[in-house]
Amino acid sequence: MAVTLTEKAAKHVTNFIAKRGKGVGVRLGVKTSGCSGMSYKLEFADEANPEDIVFESHGVKVLVDPKSLPYIDGTELDFAREGLNEGFRFNNPNVKDACGCGESFNV
Amino acid sequence: MALLQLSEPGQSAAPHQHRLAVGIDLGTTNSLVATVRNSIAVVLSDEHGRSLLPSIVRYKADGSIDVGSPAQGAQALDPRNTIVSAKRFMGRGLKDVAHIESMPYDFLDAEGMVRLRTVAGVKSPVEVSAEILKVLRARAEASLGGELVGAVITVPAYFDDAQRQATKDAARLAGINVLRLLNEPTAAAIAYGLDNASEGVYAVYDLGGGTFDISILKLSRGVFEVLATNGDAALGGDDFDQRVYCWILDNARIGFPSIEDTRRLLLKAREAKEMLTSHDETPINAVLGSGEQVNLTLGIDAFAEITKTLVSKTLAPTRKALRDAGLTVDDIKGVVMVGGATRMPQIQHAVGEFFKQEPLTNLDPDKVVALGAAMQANVLAGNRTFSDEWLLLDVIPLSLGLETMGGLTEKVIPRNATIPIAKAQDFTTFKDGQTAMSFHVVQGERELVADCRSLARFELRGIPPMVAGAARIRVTFQVDADGLLSVSAREMNSGVEASITVKPSYGLSDDEIAGMLSDSMQHAGDDMQARSLREQQVEAKRLIEATEAALEEDGMLLAAGERAAIDEEIAALRKRIEGSDHRAIKVGIDSLNAATQDFAARRMDKSIKRALTGHKVIELKI
Repeated sequence: MAVTLTEKAAKHVTNFIAKRGKGVGVRLGVKTSGCSGMSYKLEFADEANPEDIVFESHGVKVLVDPKSLPYIDGTELDFAREGLNEGFRFNNPNVKDACGCGESFNV
Repeated sequence: MALLQLSEPGQSAAPHQHRLAVGIDLGTTNSLVATVRNSIAVVLSDEHGRSLLPSIVRYKADGSIDVGSPAQGAQALDPRNTIVSAKRFMGRGLKDVAHIESMPYDFLDAEGMVRLRTVAGVKSPVEVSAEILKVLRARAEASLGGELVGAVITVPAYFDDAQRQATKDAARLAGINVLRLLNEPTAAAIAYGLDNASEGVYAVYDLGGGTFDISILKLSRGVFEVLATNGDAALGGDDFDQRVYCWILDNARIGFPSIEDTRRLLLKAREAKEMLTSHDETPINAVLGSGEQVNLTLGIDAFAEITKTLVSKTLAPTRKALRDAGLTVDDIKGVVMVGGATRMPQIQHAVGEFFKQEPLTNLDPDKVVALGAAMQANVLAGNRTFSDEWLLLDVIPLSLGLETMGGLTEKVIPRNATIPIAKAQDFTTFKDGQTAMSFHVVQGERELVADCRSLARFELRGIPPMVAGAARIRVTFQVDADGLLSVSAREMNSGVEASITVKPSYGLSDDEIAGMLSDSMQHAGDDMQARSLREQQVEAKRLIEATEAALEEDGMLLAAGERAAIDEEIAALRKRIEGSDHRAIKVGIDSLNAATQDFAARRMDKSIKRALTGHKVIELKI
C-alpha cells in the first residue's frame, strides 16, 4: 500500500513549494482530535524525520509518520475545486464514518 | 468533505478551527480581497475570474443593489443612483468634498457626513462602502469555504480619525470583524517582504486611478514606521488618459466632440496608454459619430512628452515627503511601486531616476496592497505562531493639541508622530478657586485655534479650589493603532478625571490637510506675531487681575498718590491690551510690575509680620 497524490494534487504541491521557496515535500498524517475522532494533517515538510516513511508520487515526496500510516494507508490526495473554493481532499479507504464536514473521521 | 490547505510544518489546524482571515483593499476605483492560502498570499477572484471589483454601487428602484461591473455598466445610464468613488466621501462633510458641483449626485448635507439621495432612499458613504465590502466578504467566504474571523482593511496613510472610523463602521455594517486598519503603503511594503529585508528606509510610490500618495517608511528590527506621507488627491492614471485624449483631439483636428465621441476617444486613450506599457508605439483608430475617421499612431516618446508635467507633479510631493522625514534620496534603500498607473514606463523611469535606483515592480501593482493586508490578517488571526509578528507603526497626519488661554494651540502630539502613541502634558488653573476646566481638542499646525480644526470639547469638573497655578491637570492624548484618538484629563492632587474618545463629526480632506500645512508655512511669521500678542495679552490680564486682588486686600498699605499711580498703570495696560502690538503690551506689563514693586514688598513684610506675631524665634521652623 502507499499514500499517493493525484497528478493534479502533485502539480499544485510542486507549485506551492516553489512559491514558498523551500520544502522537501508534503507531510500527511492524522491527529487524534476533532469531533469524530481523528483529523488530517497536511503540511509542507522542510525536512524528513528519520522514522518517516517516504513515498514518491509524480515527483513529489510524501512523508508519513509510522503512527499515522495505518489510518491513511491507501489514501490518494486529490486537488479539487468547489465553486470558488479549492483545496486538497483525502480519498481515504480506511474511513468508516466522518463528521458532516468531513474534517474529522473514524476508522 | 471539506477541502484542506497546506499548512506550515506543525501548524495544521484542528478541525473547525480554521481561522479564515482576509485582507481587503477598499480602493477609490477598485477593491480587492486577498488571503493567505497554502502559505502564499493570493488575491481571490469572482466566478468570472476577475479579481478587481470596481468600487461602484448602483441603487435600483426595486430596492435591489448592483455592485461592481454591473453597476459600472449603468454609470452613463443612471448616474444619479450609481455611486462611484464613495471613498472620497467617507467621513466628510459636504464642504469637505472637492469638485462637488461636477458630480451627478443629489447630495444632502447631514450631521457628520454627507449623504446621497438615491432612488432607494438616502444613503451614507458608509452604507455604499458596506455594499462593496459585503460583495468581497461573500466572495471570500465562498472561496474559503467558511465564515471569516476577520479582515484587515487598508486605508490611505493620511486618512484622519473620522475617515478611519467611517471605514470601520462600513465593515461592521457588512458584518466584517476588523482585525485592524492598515495603511496602504505599509501593506505594500509587507507584500514585498520588506519586513524580512534588511533594515532601512523605503519609499512607497502609489499612483492609482485618481490619487497619488507617496510614503516614506522606516523598517527597523522588523518594525515599520511611517515617517512621512504626502500626495495629490487629484492626480492619477485618469489624467494620463486625459492627456492622450487631448493629443488625439489636437492631432485629428477635432473641435468639439460630442459626449458620445468623448467617451469613445477616452476609452481609446486608455487603451493606448495600456498598450504603451509593453509596446513602443500604438495605433489609435476610431470612427466618430459623424462618420469621420481617426487614424493615428502614438509613440512612446510622444506619450512621455505629453505627460511629462504629470510625472513631475508626482515628484514635488515626493520631495516634500522626503523633506518632512528629514531625509535625502540617498537614504532610501528601496522604492515600492503601487497602483496600476505605475506600469507606465516613463513613471518607472522617472521614479528610478529620482531615487537613483530601480523601483520594485515585480508584484502586480494593482494587487500588492491587498496581498500585504492578507499577510497581516493571517498573522493577526493567529495562523502564524512565529515570534516575528509585526508591530506596525503609522503616523498621524496633523498635530493634535489643546486650546489654551487666549485661543492659542498647545500641540501635544506633533504631526508625523508614529502611532500608537500616548503623550501627557500638565496644565494648570488660570484663576484662584477655579473648579472646572474645559478642554478643546484641535488638529492642525497653526498657532491660533481659530485656524485649526476643532475635534472635540469636554470638561473636567470637581477640581478642588486652589490658588491659580496650583492645580496640576495632566492631559493625556492617546492614539491607538487604528489612529483613533482619546483624550483624558486628570487633576493629580484630587484624582478627578474626565475623558473623551474623539469620533470627530467629520474630518479633514487631504486637500485641506495639504492646505493647512502650506498655510502653516506661509503664515509662520504672522502666527509667531499672533502667538506673542496673545501670550502678552494673557500675561497682562493675569497681572491686572493679581494686582487688583492685592489692592482689594492690602490697598491700605498705599498712600493715595501711590494708589493713583498704580491705578493709572493698570488703566494704561488695559488700553495697550486692546492694541495689536505685543511689544507695547510687554512694556506696559514691565511698567506695572515696576510700579507695584514697593507695594509688593510692603505686602510681603506685612504677611511676614503677621506670620511672626506672637511666636518666639525658637518656635519657627526654618
